[in-house]
Amino acid sequence: MKLPVLDNDTSLATSEGCQSSGCGSSDDSLTHLPEEIRNKVANHPCFSEKAHHYFARMHVAVAPACNIQCNYCNRKYDCSNESRPGVVSEVLTPAQAVKKVKAVAAEIPQMSVLGIAGPGDPLANPQKTFETFRRLSDEAPDIKLCVSTNGLNLPASVEEICKHNIDHVTITINCLDPKIGAKIYPWIYWDHRRIRGEEAAAILIEQQQKGLEMLVERGVLVKVNSVLIPGVNDQHLKEVSRVVKEKGAFLHNVMPLIAEAEHGTYYGLTGQREPTAAEVEEIQNSCSGDMNMMRHCRQCRADAVGLLGEDRGEEFTLDKIEAMEIDYPAAMEKRAQVHQEILEKLDADSGAAVQPQVPAASRPVRMAVATKGQGLINQHFGHAREFLVYEASPEGVRFVNHRTLPRPYCEGGDTCGEDAESLMAIVIRELQDCEVLLASRVGFEPWSALEEAGIQPNGEHALEGIEEAILAVYQKMQAEGQLQAKQPSLQTA
Amino acid sequence: MAYQIVDKCVNCTACEMVCPNDAISADVNQFNIDPLLCTECAEAFADPQCTSICPVEGAILDELGEAVNPPGSLTGIIPLVAA
Ligand code: SF4
Ligand code: SF4
Repeated sequence: MKLPVLDNDTSLATSEGCQSSGCGSSDDSLTHLPEEIRNKVANHPCFSEKAHHYFARMHVAVAPACNIQCNYCNRKYDCSNESRPGVVSEVLTPAQAVKKVKAVAAEIPQMSVLGIAGPGDPLANPQKTFETFRRLSDEAPDIKLCVSTNGLNLPASVEEICKHNIDHVTITINCLDPKIGAKIYPWIYWDHRRIRGEEAAAILIEQQQKGLEMLVERGVLVKVNSVLIPGVNDQHLKEVSRVVKEKGAFLHNVMPLIAEAEHGTYYGLTGQREPTAAEVEEIQNSCSGDMNMMRHCRQCRADAVGLLGEDRGEEFTLDKIEAMEIDYPAAMEKRAQVHQEILEKLDADSGAAVQPQVPAASRPVRMAVATKGQGLINQHFGHAREFLVYEASPEGVRFVNHRTLPRPYCEGGDTCGEDAESLMAIVIRELQDCEVLLASRVGFEPWSALEEAGIQPNGEHALEGIEEAILAVYQKMQAEGQLQAKQPSLQTA
Repeated sequence: MAYQIVDKCVNCTACEMVCPNDAISADVNQFNIDPLLCTECAEAFADPQCTSICPVEGAILDELGEAVNPPGSLTGIIPLVAA
């Protein structure tokens, strides 16, 4: 079977950024990876921007304990309003986790990946983590397994990781310099002691790097996550990117710091600011010369279920899964069929040319899209919790990143809430670099507000493919003479 | 001589995993230390293990009822003192 999802027409190559038509043709794409790695990641929503419109992932929260403290984390649980790593509503036993995974796999056949990511550090809970993996590789062999870690216990866990069919490990590496590390990690638990400051950071960094090398040596795929903390490690991440790539990590994911005071984290309470979308993009671009960058990460909760950007965890709480009868062999057949169909669709799409018919000097245009998945413009403006931002240029259409709203403009029903106005202000601020907004429908009031803010709403392409629609709009703008001069207000990367 | 866990505990299980004497177990709302089993780790380690990994300030008290990890000691967040 051919799996060209990440590998298509090279005519679209640009110097930076992820070519949205398959994350496949730009410098920071996955194209240079060996065939067998590309096959491994083709149906992984977190690794392939293309795949993430179709394939779903889930995390099970079986690992409550942690062995380090990070300044962006607060060890309180059960805050279901929050969507960020390290937070969950329910910690599961391995047996409950296995049941939940099978239930989700049966109900959401496009779920391809199961991760253990917390809420603590999975490798600080080796018994629970590996028992879950062991049972899943026996009982649900069609699910890809992956694990995230802070890396402190990684070298000690590599043997065990290799035993269980785990083909991806994510290590969070925020720095290579203990001086910087001391500003991120107040303490670690190591060798039966609590160790602080630079000494702690130096040990953590050493274990992370050693773990990375050991995994690469054994052929396990390693992705590196870094939290971008303005003024702390922002200037340092390019070096991190260079080094981890050199050591064999296949993907680097730079994520913005989340630091709201109400989360009670050190950074949140001490006023450490979060990076702006433009800053994140700038760092991603500056790292991309060295590394495959990942730009569609949603920083999922440790118990997230569904497509990236959605969370269907509520449908699979313990009491609900207890009541479910699961015929896994039947589910496996269904899943194989669904996965095959998606891969065929991705395969077919990847052949389509997305080269705009515009003069080479035309300026790039950013557009925001409301989508529920399937690669289509299929969501009402008012129901969107996030927008995907794309950039059209003479070279093609590339995915930039996503922009999240605190809640949708219309939270169900026909009223759009008293705070519609302030939400509109957030939408406009988040999408200030966009000139067009594509949705399946846009209501009258938001339509006028968007237009006034210089973002042209567009409902004409409902249910069309995202890239084709963007291409059509871009070409229409060109035909109308809108692409000649660079707009002063346009933010460029 | 025994340590004690109070209701600031967030049930993260970390202490349970590192206690050399299996003195710690989950209770209804929090973890508890069995005073008959806890030795304050005296014979085994330089530092008591539960308080070396517990991430929550004030969750574990020593035999005098004092927090082994007082406010500010782990997170660096110094609590506001009323003026
Ligand atoms: S002080 Fe030592 S023996 Fe006592 S509960 Fe803590 S870890 Fe166990
Ligand atoms: S380590 Fe602290 S917070 Fe965690 S279970 Fe033990 S006492 Fe509770």
